[in-house]
Amino acid sequence: MLINAYLLLAAVLFCIGVYGVLARRNGVLVLMSIELILNSVNINLVAFGAWWGAQQPCGAAQGCAATIGPVFALFVITVAAAEVGVGLALVLMLYRNFKSIDIDQVDSMKG
Amino acid sequence: MLAAVAPILAQIAPGGFQGPPVNWVAFSPEVVLTATLVVVVLVDVFTERYDKGAINTLAGIGVLLSLLFVGVVVVTANNSESMFGGAYVVDNFALIMKALFLLSGYVVILISTNYIGEGDYWEGEYYQLILASVLGMLVMASARDLISIFIALELLSIPAYMLAAWRKRDLKSDEAGMKYYLMGVFATAVMLYGMSLLYGLTGDTLLTKINAAISTGTKPPAILILAVIFVLVGFGFKVSAVPFHTWAPDTYEGAPTPVTAFLAVASKAAGFVALMNLVFIGFLGRADIVQPLMWALSALTMTVGNLIALRQTNVVRMFAYSGVAQAGYMLAPLAVAGSSGTDPNVAVRSIVTYLLIYAAMNLGAFAVVIALARKTRSAEITSMSGAFHYAPGLAWCLTIFLTSLAGIPPFGGWFAKFSIFQALFTAATPAGYTLAVLLVVNSVIAAFYYMRVVRVMAFEPADDVDMTPVKVPSSLLVAMGITVVVTVLTGVVPAIVSQFASSASLVGFGG
Repeated sequence: MLINAYLLLAAVLFCIGVYGVLARRNGVLVLMSIELILNSVNINLVAFGAWWGAQQPCGAAQGCAATIGPVFALFVITVAAAEVGVGLALVLMLYRNFKSIDIDQVDSMKG
Repeated sequence: MLAAVAPILAQIAPGGFQGPPVNWVAFSPEVVLTATLVVVVLVDVFTERYDKGAINTLAGIGVLLSLLFVGVVVVTANNSESMFGGAYVVDNFALIMKALFLLSGYVVILISTNYIGEGDYWEGEYYQLILASVLGMLVMASARDLISIFIALELLSIPAYMLAAWRKRDLKSDEAGMKYYLMGVFATAVMLYGMSLLYGLTGDTLLTKINAAISTGTKPPAILILAVIFVLVGFGFKVSAVPFHTWAPDTYEGAPTPVTAFLAVASKAAGFVALMNLVFIGFLGRADIVQPLMWALSALTMTVGNLIALRQTNVVRMFAYSGVAQAGYMLAPLAVAGSSGTDPNVAVRSIVTYLLIYAAMNLGAFAVVIALARKTRSAEITSMSGAFHYAPGLAWCLTIFLTSLAGIPPFGGWFAKFSIFQALFTAATPAGYTLAVLLVVNSVIAAFYYMRVVRVMAFEPADDVDMTPVKVPSSLLVAMGITVVVTVLTGVVPAIVSQFASSASLVGFGG
């Protein structure tokens, strides 16, 4: 089984996400960029899971290499939801206090 | 419902699903803390808004009870348990770190009591989040698997993001929370990408299995180097290592001061626990990647932290940069981890020793800063002038903590630094010697800015003529009492802390 295509897609998504986090100023778009990175991780995990399944078929044994990847991906999806929940709350708080969600203006402390 | 699931279950687990065996005694500190969290949530729901006084006490009792159960685990000899196929390990190292997290959690609850009670700061939720974060740290101490490390990291970080932005109508607190959140999630996401690559390369997430799989071969493949760097960088953020420290000063200054103390001590210690687990169990066989990375991080972190701390005028910001520098000292033993011919546990023990002493002296310093700010309403260094005249007790306490942080005997700090030197010299590598020299130079720079605060308190006259003594609430007094006793005792009788630390070993155990 060839997984190059999946890994390449994940790497491209990861790069787009990193670029978005560094370059975007809109709070919600930064959150979306972080989601892109997390989803590239999920693609990686599921692709590697399928690849290990082809290398070492699982059989009846529990906890073989192929099952770990998808399970890890489920954990990432769940935690990402919680993380973004907090992130949106913070952006909302920002909007209430600053009347804008431009994260560059939240920069009063320096030094 | 069950009938529909049965064929699927039969397919994935022929012979019925067997839950993993769990040793509940070894698990008891976490269970007690979770129960406390539930009780606190319930009490919060059923009390009026102006009547939340009991929650603080309850949270404190729960944390102490959990600490008691850490002792029970040791007494009943359940201190070498490996559960969930080796993903969750309760050994001496984990138990020492759990005791540290619980004790510093308790001190943070003590110093929060009046600060949170007197401001309009959502008392119930505050202690729930502190408890949840401490629970994440307990899990982190035992996590020996990429998935459980990730879950523990999120469990301890997500409440901390909210705590940093706790004074939500204050613009600085908003900024603190936002910066901490954005940097934190970004670092976590990059770390996860590294973890996914590690899984792909090794087919497992258990640290011991990863180590076995990546230790073969003389030259590591490029993808492995990338994965290891990504994973370690994620925790470099957590311990505020340069160049990932930029969030620390702003978050520390803007967050409520008790939260700052929590982030500077407990959260940083949790980051170090994860780093130690990863470096000493997961990547021990790949010293050729870890050592240069850690050397650079350590050297940069201590030097940059100290140099910027020199020109700070706000005492909390100064502590932020001093904390960055201290993280640099603690990273130093990681730079000699896995050198051939030396026992890696020497390095583990030196970091554990440093963390124990660092927690006491730094929490104590924050407690005094909070107590002084009750009178001065400011965190500027100049506002502390004349403190020796109107608050001699507080000023002496702060002097003890600052002297200890500078590493001057007879207080604990000197022994902490001594154990780091010991680890660096035992390794006997050029990397170790150069870091030791850097550490000496940095200690001298650090002593300068720590002592400047003492000078302002002792020799500069107070701005106002108000010489009324500072009223210190009893909870703050207890917090200062605990930290002063620990700081002085560990310096005068270092055997106490070395006794604990010497039982900690990571290598050669972990399922």
